[in-house]
Amino acid sequence: MNRIGMILLGMLMVFLVVGCSSEESANSEDGTRTIDFLTEDRPDQGESKILLDLDEEIPETELETETIEHANIMQQISLLSASNDLPELFKYESAQLEELIDNGQVINMEKTFKDLGIYDELTPGAVDLLTQLSGDRGLYALPVELNIEGFWYNKKMFEENNLEVPTTWEEMMEVSAKLSEAGIQPFSVAGKEKWPITRFLNGYVIRYYGPDVMERVKKGELSVTDEGFVEGAQLVQEMNEKGYFGKGTNTIDADTALDIFLQGEAAMYYSGSWDLANFNNPERNQIGLENVGMFNIPLVEGGKGTLDDWSMNAGLTLSASAEKYDEQMGEWMKQIFSEYGDKAMEEGIITGFKASEIPDDISQLTKETMDKINSVENAALWFEARMDAESKALAEDNAQLLLTGQMSPEEYLEALKSQLEK
Amino acid sequence: MKEVLGDRKAILLFMLPALLIYIVILLVPIVWSSVYTFYEGSLIKGFSFVGIQNYIQLFNDSNFFSSLWITLKFTLIVTTGQVFLGLMLSLLYVFYIKRASFLIRTLVFFPVVLPTVAIAQLFAKLFEIAPNYGLVNSVLTAFHLETWVQAWLGQPETAFWILCIMEIWKAMGFYAVILYAGLMDVPEDVLEAAKIDGAKGWKMTQFIILPLIKPILISAIIFSLSGTLKVFEQVVALTGGGPGKSTTTLSVYMYQHAFTNGNYGYGSTVALFLLFMTLVVTLIVYKVSWKDQT
Repeated sequence: MNRIGMILLGMLMVFLVVGCSSEESANSEDGTRTIDFLTEDRPDQGESKILLDLDEEIPETELETETIEHANIMQQISLLSASNDLPELFKYESAQLEELIDNGQVINMEKTFKDLGIYDELTPGAVDLLTQLSGDRGLYALPVELNIEGFWYNKKMFEENNLEVPTTWEEMMEVSAKLSEAGIQPFSVAGKEKWPITRFLNGYVIRYYGPDVMERVKKGELSVTDEGFVEGAQLVQEMNEKGYFGKGTNTIDADTALDIFLQGEAAMYYSGSWDLANFNNPERNQIGLENVGMFNIPLVEGGKGTLDDWSMNAGLTLSASAEKYDEQMGEWMKQIFSEYGDKAMEEGIITGFKASEIPDDISQLTKETMDKINSVENAALWFEARMDAESKALAEDNAQLLLTGQMSPEEYLEALKSQLEK
Repeated sequence: MKEVLGDRKAILLFMLPALLIYIVILLVPIVWSSVYTFYEGSLIKGFSFVGIQNYIQLFNDSNFFSSLWITLKFTLIVTTGQVFLGLMLSLLYVFYIKRASFLIRTLVFFPVVLPTVAIAQLFAKLFEIAPNYGLVNSVLTAFHLETWVQAWLGQPETAFWILCIMEIWKAMGFYAVILYAGLMDVPEDVLEAAKIDGAKGWKMTQFIILPLIKPILISAIIFSLSGTLKVFEQVVALTGGGPGKSTTTLSVYMYQHAFTNGNYGYGSTVALFLLFMTLVVTLIVYKVSWKDQT
């Protein structure tokens, strides 16, 4: 028995040693500092490419990107945070940062940027938006992209059918009816992704109650069963029943929805400025760049919203581990982020960093979109931005049933209300 | 040799590695996750003890019961389908196609080795409605049955059935091969004797063949049950649990809570229930099969 005890003990030791040794491998080997970066973009895409290019100029550091799927980032980061091993830099859902902030695991970007003397690089609008998303805890994330959302439309189709850009939801319904009569599918909607459905509802309520509507729901000043929400949900259901979203909306994924619009099979498409890269890509955009236009979410008559309010988001934002932050990291950030805005502009990506000059070869559509971003007076968040994970899932899952009529608008909102009250 | 194997210490020593691996890989995680069922919180926030609150929530959660119902319905339909069609196929191989069955067996078995994601893509295309009609909707149009054209995967009732069909189609070849092996063992002379006595067709199957391959049939049912009760990747790849929650099975529901929402406590509670359910079902099947084994 004694011997068996020894063997058990020996095995335990082996496990312990194996368990411990993995923690040590981190920093410098040959003098260069490795900066780990967890992102959803491939190294040749988006801000991964920009950061990698900028890092090339700094010999003392080596930026290493690890690409994982958007949907898995939250999970991966929570695992890493639990084992106290957050990478130097990581992308994250800015609305879900609260817990990491409360644990002191991410650095305060406002303080850091002010200390480094680069706070002026950030645009105030972006800072406001991100502060709002952190539940007013402060700025803990960087706006490596900044998007406005709205309806992209096919200008040629509108012209051919003598249609004007709608400014109210009523007009948008009339436009849709006319397009439908002409045999054109009015909207392309990625119902499989679920959020594009709730964006329509959100578009209605931010016009009915104003841009801070979901914030007020969170505070308990409004209920999702109020009149404006019911009207909005009814309208969304009606639009699908009338065939304005095409057939089988719930089976359409994001790529397909975009292609339907860009191949001239639908007249309008709700999304954001993140799709600019796709519009600028002639292989994908078969209706021609000059035929793509954007209009803001139409108004509700008698509602509080205005056309100067835009629905905005910052995509996944960039945060940095507090534990791995040191002087060298600070130097690195100072150099990288003072050039970030200009570099991103060259790539045609709109960010919350200031760009000193706008390159000439940028497309007209990108320019117009930038002007719109700069004109934003109030930013509205998306429908689920202020919801916890379970309410978000419920709002999105049931939206599919709202479309198919399995749930009435009232049932949909009642279910959401009781989940939000939990 | 006998001395060595008769020594208790030696037996323990030989068993130790396997036992340790079993404990570390299987028992520890199960115990660990059942401890989580008494906690609430996430990896970032930290965990706090909440007693049996997760269990109370479980039994008041209508979504849990709906996914339980979906799982049971799915299991019943798919296990019946897989084993029954597998049996029919194996009978076909042995009694009708006979020697030439090799090619057919390979073809029917083919989906078993395909990755689930590929099969889900195939079915998604087959039942597609937009931007282009898939095969099913095209065929319906060709036969002037336009009223039947629909978003098969976009509405709750049809999406569930397509999931069932996909899973049956995917695995029936596997059960056909297992049962085929069982049928090969049925002695030729028994069949001959039965034939002389006038047994034919279904009578022959019912009274001669089925009793003879019963052990294999029961293994097939257990395989199928444990596979379908835990069904996960098929759902994720084909429908993602939607539309709404219409194809959200228990394991998908568990995953959504534990990993998507980061609620490990509640997720573990659902997982524990699933484990318990699988255990009970397997035990029942074992019991039933042992009782008759005289």
